[in-house]
Amino acid sequence: MNALNITKGTSSKSAYNLRSGHADLDERHTLAVLVANEPGVLARVIGLFSGRGYNIESLTVAEVDHEGHTSRITIVTSGTPQIIEQIKAQLGRIIPVYDVHDLTVEGPSVERELSLFKVSGKGEKRVEALRLADVFRANVVDSTLDSFTFEVVGSPEKIDAFADLMRPLGLSEMARTGVAALSRG
Amino acid sequence: MSGAKMVVQALIDQGVDTVFGYPGGAVLPIYDEIFLQNSIKHFLVRHEQGAVHAAEAYARSTGKPGVVLVTSGPGATNAVTGLTDALMDSIPLVVLTGQVPTFMIGSDAFQEADTVGITRPCTKHNWLVKDTDALAHTLHSAFHVACSGRPGPVLVDIPKDVQFANGTYEGPAKMKSHYQPQLKGDIDAITALVAAMETAEKPIFYTGGGVINSGPIASQLLRELVEATNFPITSTLMGLGSYPGNGANWLGMLGMHGLYEANMAMHDCDLMINIGARFDDRITGRLDAFSPGSTKAHIDIDASSINKVIHVDIPILGDVAHVLEDMLKVWKARGRKTNSKALKSWWAEIDGWRKIRCLDYAADSKVIKPQYALERLEALTKDHDRYITTEVGQHQMWAAQYMTFNDPNRWMTSGGLGTMGYGVPASIGAQVAHPDSLVINVAGEASWLMNMQEMGTAMQYGLPVKQFILNNERLGMVRQWQELLHGERYSQSWSESLPDFVKLAEAFGAKGILCSDPADLDDAIMEMLAYDGPVIFDCLVEKHENCFPMIPSGKAHNEMLLGDASMKGAIDASGSVLV
Repeated sequence: MNALNITKGTSSKSAYNLRSGHADLDERHTLAVLVANEPGVLARVIGLFSGRGYNIESLTVAEVDHEGHTSRITIVTSGTPQIIEQIKAQLGRIIPVYDVHDLTVEGPSVERELSLFKVSGKGEKRVEALRLADVFRANVVDSTLDSFTFEVVGSPEKIDAFADLMRPLGLSEMARTGVAALSRG
Repeated sequence: MSGAKMVVQALIDQGVDTVFGYPGGAVLPIYDEIFLQNSIKHFLVRHEQGAVHAAEAYARSTGKPGVVLVTSGPGATNAVTGLTDALMDSIPLVVLTGQVPTFMIGSDAFQEADTVGITRPCTKHNWLVKDTDALAHTLHSAFHVACSGRPGPVLVDIPKDVQFANGTYEGPAKMKSHYQPQLKGDIDAITALVAAMETAEKPIFYTGGGVINSGPIASQLLRELVEATNFPITSTLMGLGSYPGNGANWLGMLGMHGLYEANMAMHDCDLMINIGARFDDRITGRLDAFSPGSTKAHIDIDASSINKVIHVDIPILGDVAHVLEDMLKVWKARGRKTNSKALKSWWAEIDGWRKIRCLDYAADSKVIKPQYALERLEALTKDHDRYITTEVGQHQMWAAQYMTFNDPNRWMTSGGLGTMGYGVPASIGAQVAHPDSLVINVAGEASWLMNMQEMGTAMQYGLPVKQFILNNERLGMVRQWQELLHGERYSQSWSESLPDFVKLAEAFGAKGILCSDPADLDDAIMEMLAYDGPVIFDCLVEKHENCFPMIPSGKAHNEMLLGDASMKGAIDASGSVLV
């Protein structure tokens, strides 16, 4: 309980320090939200974010336990530390939410996203796209004489990097699933 | 058992004997079942919003959940304001809505609305029941969710075919829910708070509606704790009555129109103990100047209330009564210590603020001052078994300032949402719950008109509610802000074409009383009290009275305005965007 031994008026959490420059820095957090798989639960979560003005960078949802009717929603969000705490508390009070995990602070975790890229091009560009795809361990899931469709799995940063490389080589369309994440170990 | 019968059976099994509602096509099977039984009394309102506010006051004044039954479409949408009001003020409600049959959902059927979609953000939880076999369990879950943890409104949307179909009924005992909020507070945090209380030089209890929601025991424990420690105590609008207004340690309400001594004590304290309040913006004023020198503790059953706007040093998640009980235990076990020497000078400082006499006003022998009207109402009714409801505006603040609440559950007002039109139906709900008590709705004429149709309900059920209207022919609080903020340009804040309230009362079959002379006021109030039936009391008051004290928007607790003289330039540009 050392954290609670506070000299009066000097608390780093008191109102005067509420808006310190440090606290205003946005942080990116990945939240795993375990919910009852019932109608409307996703609307409740999304409505909370839009209603209270929170950010959603990505959101994925699927049932993970068919018998237990449990779905897992993975949300990547950003905000000040205070906002992140508020988001977690607000999620936690949605009735069909069983549990909220902040994977960013609860020890190491792995994040993966699946993406599909359609790259159209001919000649040298087409060869270069294929070569880079190999470097990124992308799979070719469809090909025509003037296009490839690549599947890339990895961290969001890796997918961003791949997109940056493909853009000058004829990137015409891309689709991303958003992040799925699990804690390590 | 049919779904409709299940609804009635589930209400009976939940101990419900009173329902406020309004029938319509999509709830006819349930109304048929209500016709066929005698356990539940149904009160027919005149507008669905009235049903919800009546149920809120019923809940607030009894501690039991309020129950509402309305039809689909407009019935449900009319309930939305009441639901939002109940959500903001943490009032347990179970609202049952009819819905078009399941096979017609999504077809834009007659009186179809996406009720669960519309009410999702204004309920604690809601359900659309598509299977009669799931109905009973859902209804019992609804009561569980509404009443557990931080209370709130829930809604169950029941399509008409689900009401007609047969299914298996199950009793409340079979209800399972993973929703089991934590009641006991962390004992280490409680000990840390007690340790802070032992040495605090300028402590203050800041209590809210959570104390009342936690039940009568919480108020009892709070009184014991205040008496034992001799700490000063203030409360939010929603918490009035949890500590007696005539108690020695009572500083009065705090906040935007709170008392000078309460706000100054909040600003200068060194230990703030928030019990079941939520640092609402009406309370805090300017955030970065809110009680700058204090260690802050916060007891709340809702984790999202803690650190939402004000960072606290000692958060305690739990039910107020449970935590107060442990606080008292720990404090006694550690030797009942307080810093009594420092407390003495703290009280001396507070007494200095009290000497300002912030509620003093310029008396008038010709015109009834609204403050005077409420002082007289208070004096003539304080010994009655009394419940007060209000509308929203200046009169509401004056009622909070000039009336005394010595017990919890006696004060019904719309706090968080600020719903004009709350008071008339609320007085009906409170009177239904307490048929032999005196129920007074302190109102402004503009708010009162918003749900005045409910006078019909009062007449139908012989509910002797007293409507005490402070009539200044203005939207008083709007007018005050326009004077303060908008160069005295009184845009649309005049109550034009007002009805003759005495004739209006007579048209409803009630009694009307008009009073405009301060000398007649006492007799007129006594006449109102003596009349055995609903009364509309039209009290013509000073038209331009402003409500003070006031913390202007964007200012701190120690920057209060005490009277008209201090108003000029009181709100700066950054404050004027706030409401």
